[in-house]
Amino acid sequence: MNSIRTNLTLTLVTLVIFGVMFPVTIWAIGKIFPENASGNPVYKGEQLVGFAEVGQPFTSPGYFWGRPSAVNYDASSTGGSNYGTNNPDHIQEIKDRIQAFLEANPGITADQIPEELVTASGSGLDPHISVDAAKIQVQRVAAARNLEPKLLEELIDKQTIQPMGGIFGPGDLVNVLSINLALDEITSSN
Amino acid sequence: MTTELLGILLIFLASLSLAWPLGKYITRVFTDQSTFLDFLNPMEEKLLRLAGINPSYSMDWKQNAKALLGLNLIFFFFAFLFLLFQGAHPFWNPVRLGNWEPTLAFNTAVSFVTNTNLQHYSGESGASYFTQLLVFCWLQFVSAGTGIAACALLFQGLKNDRTSQLGNFYKLFVKSCTRILLPLAVVVSLLLVLGGTPVTFEGLREVTTLEGQKINVASGPVAPMVAIKQLGTNGGGFFGPNSTHPFENPNYLTNVVENISILLIPMALVFTFGFFLNRKKLALVFMGVMTLLFLSFVAISITEELKGSPSLRELGLSSSSNLEGKELRFGSMASSLWGVSTTSTSNGSVNSMHDSHTPISGGIFLLDMMINAIYGGVGVGFINFFLYVIIAVFIAGQMIGRTPDFLGKKIEAPEIKLASLVILLHPFLILAGTALASYSLSLDPELGWLKNPSYHGFSEILYENTSAAANNGSGFEGLGDNTPFWNLLTGIIMLLGRFLPIIGPLALVGSLSFKKSIPQSSGSLKLESMAFGVVLLAVILIVTALSFFPALALGPIADYFSI
Repeated sequence: MNSIRTNLTLTLVTLVIFGVMFPVTIWAIGKIFPENASGNPVYKGEQLVGFAEVGQPFTSPGYFWGRPSAVNYDASSTGGSNYGTNNPDHIQEIKDRIQAFLEANPGITADQIPEELVTASGSGLDPHISVDAAKIQVQRVAAARNLEPKLLEELIDKQTIQPMGGIFGPGDLVNVLSINLALDEITSSN
Repeated sequence: MTTELLGILLIFLASLSLAWPLGKYITRVFTDQSTFLDFLNPMEEKLLRLAGINPSYSMDWKQNAKALLGLNLIFFFFAFLFLLFQGAHPFWNPVRLGNWEPTLAFNTAVSFVTNTNLQHYSGESGASYFTQLLVFCWLQFVSAGTGIAACALLFQGLKNDRTSQLGNFYKLFVKSCTRILLPLAVVVSLLLVLGGTPVTFEGLREVTTLEGQKINVASGPVAPMVAIKQLGTNGGGFFGPNSTHPFENPNYLTNVVENISILLIPMALVFTFGFFLNRKKLALVFMGVMTLLFLSFVAISITEELKGSPSLRELGLSSSSNLEGKELRFGSMASSLWGVSTTSTSNGSVNSMHDSHTPISGGIFLLDMMINAIYGGVGVGFINFFLYVIIAVFIAGQMIGRTPDFLGKKIEAPEIKLASLVILLHPFLILAGTALASYSLSLDPELGWLKNPSYHGFSEILYENTSAAANNGSGFEGLGDNTPFWNLLTGIIMLLGRFLPIIGPLALVGSLSFKKSIPQSSGSLKLESMAFGVVLLAVILIVTALSFFPALALGPIADYFSI
């Protein structure tokens, strides 16, 4: 009898402390940093167009494209492909992606394509591509937007993300949403 | 490339150097010395009094084991009922998610009570905010607290001389939660919020993409849950793809913080052993053995991932560093380091998809969970490691022809039998589960569990069982595991794989605790030596190799050679 009281009390009290008070306290403190605590939303005027670190699909030739996504960038049901490296379906899929990319980007050869442009990320929402992956799309984007390729090269340089603190972790990445927002700004100011 | 290497060095060295002071602090908590959180004293005392516990009442191993099991049984019932009736109450459920299917609710409740966090559901589409917080976040604290308290009982038993009293589980449990897990979780949550991990209650938000498409973005009180999922070696993420998701792990900084959180308490408890028993050198020998294995595994995994899959080159690409299932902001190296960290510590969170790793890298993750004692899960990791130590002491004693002893306590037949049985339980659960699942699939290939064919498919089955038995919780997620068969099978494996390896060692230490401490003499086996370190390493590798080599040969090794 005694041990039932003990176990129930400990259960209920810990439930309230760790299941309610702890997260609600963090939430309340998060109010001091509203941007960070809501996942860094990005607005274009009044319109919510995305979150800074959440990738979204780009398919039209006038935008830089991100990585393939196993869930088609559905941010309400995310995930990776879970293909093993030797899976024939996986290899076929990559083959198709290379083909599609070459067709959309004339003048590019397969050995120029960085791997991330034909492989799916773990979350299906990877917001980045490498600088190389952005550069091989310059001709296509420039043609579609009627812009000087040189202007886009400069934009990529400006948008290049360095490693953390300059020395830790991967660098030379480009945030696809961020660079495409910048593209839209250039086009609308012209 | 160099910066990636510097990044993982930072993570590893920071974890190790933070673990030392934390180990000291945990010793103070275990021994009721003053800490900076003493203002919590009145509240803790009130809670214990309310629960009818006399904190100074010390119990023997049986009473403690009973207390641990009883409390966890109530945890399970609460969790199970909350999941079964998720749709029946209106609280914190903005998307109106429904009730859970019973076998899934059973599996998930067991999974979180046992500190496993195997997730056969997907967070964003299956669990309401109420469930995420009042079931998952809560259990991530108390299951970790249970493990740490058990470890404290073990330490006390090793320290004792001719007494059977190990301490008070309830008090140690409460203090592990309030003094160790809570303050760390607050700090880590705030760091994560600053890094851009959301903490909101707004439900789905509709985004209009630049191309005009409408997309719903799931969010929620993510930061607090991610903090405790890492610190408590739980691993159950808010979203399906866990810490690959940009809301769980938005950038390299949060990745550093989270990976340190995975390693921190498991490493610290090894040092705590040294401080608690005043055997710092021995703790360093243990740390050295674990770290040698850990770093070797990281090196192998990174090498294999960078080599990648030759089939990509055959398609004409110039690089093949296997980015399938990985996030560019972490890169291959931080993905491998995380993979080894999470499988070493029975954490189970992921920042890349393990199913898509190269065969050898995936095999390393499997091996890591098969050993299940390199740093290990909070509390239970050291308990597992302690069993290997007992076996190693026994074997080393046989080699030099002396009665084996550990810290002055004679190791005799009953202790060795108990240690061997618990060590053998792990391969038994994994191999029996794998055999049962493989046999079922061979009877009915239409079950359609596997995403990948051939050897890699077998690895998916092996991984799921290993992850359940090791209370890890990561998966080769290509396995379609939300079926009654898998829910029940892994549910039972998790229960046995959690509680027997706690009760067995408690019984063992209960018996050691009662023994007379014999003074060290020139004839005793010197544990603080390179020689014993080598024996210990050999025991770990030989036990694992003998138990698991055939299974590994059918899975990752065959997969590797069939490229």
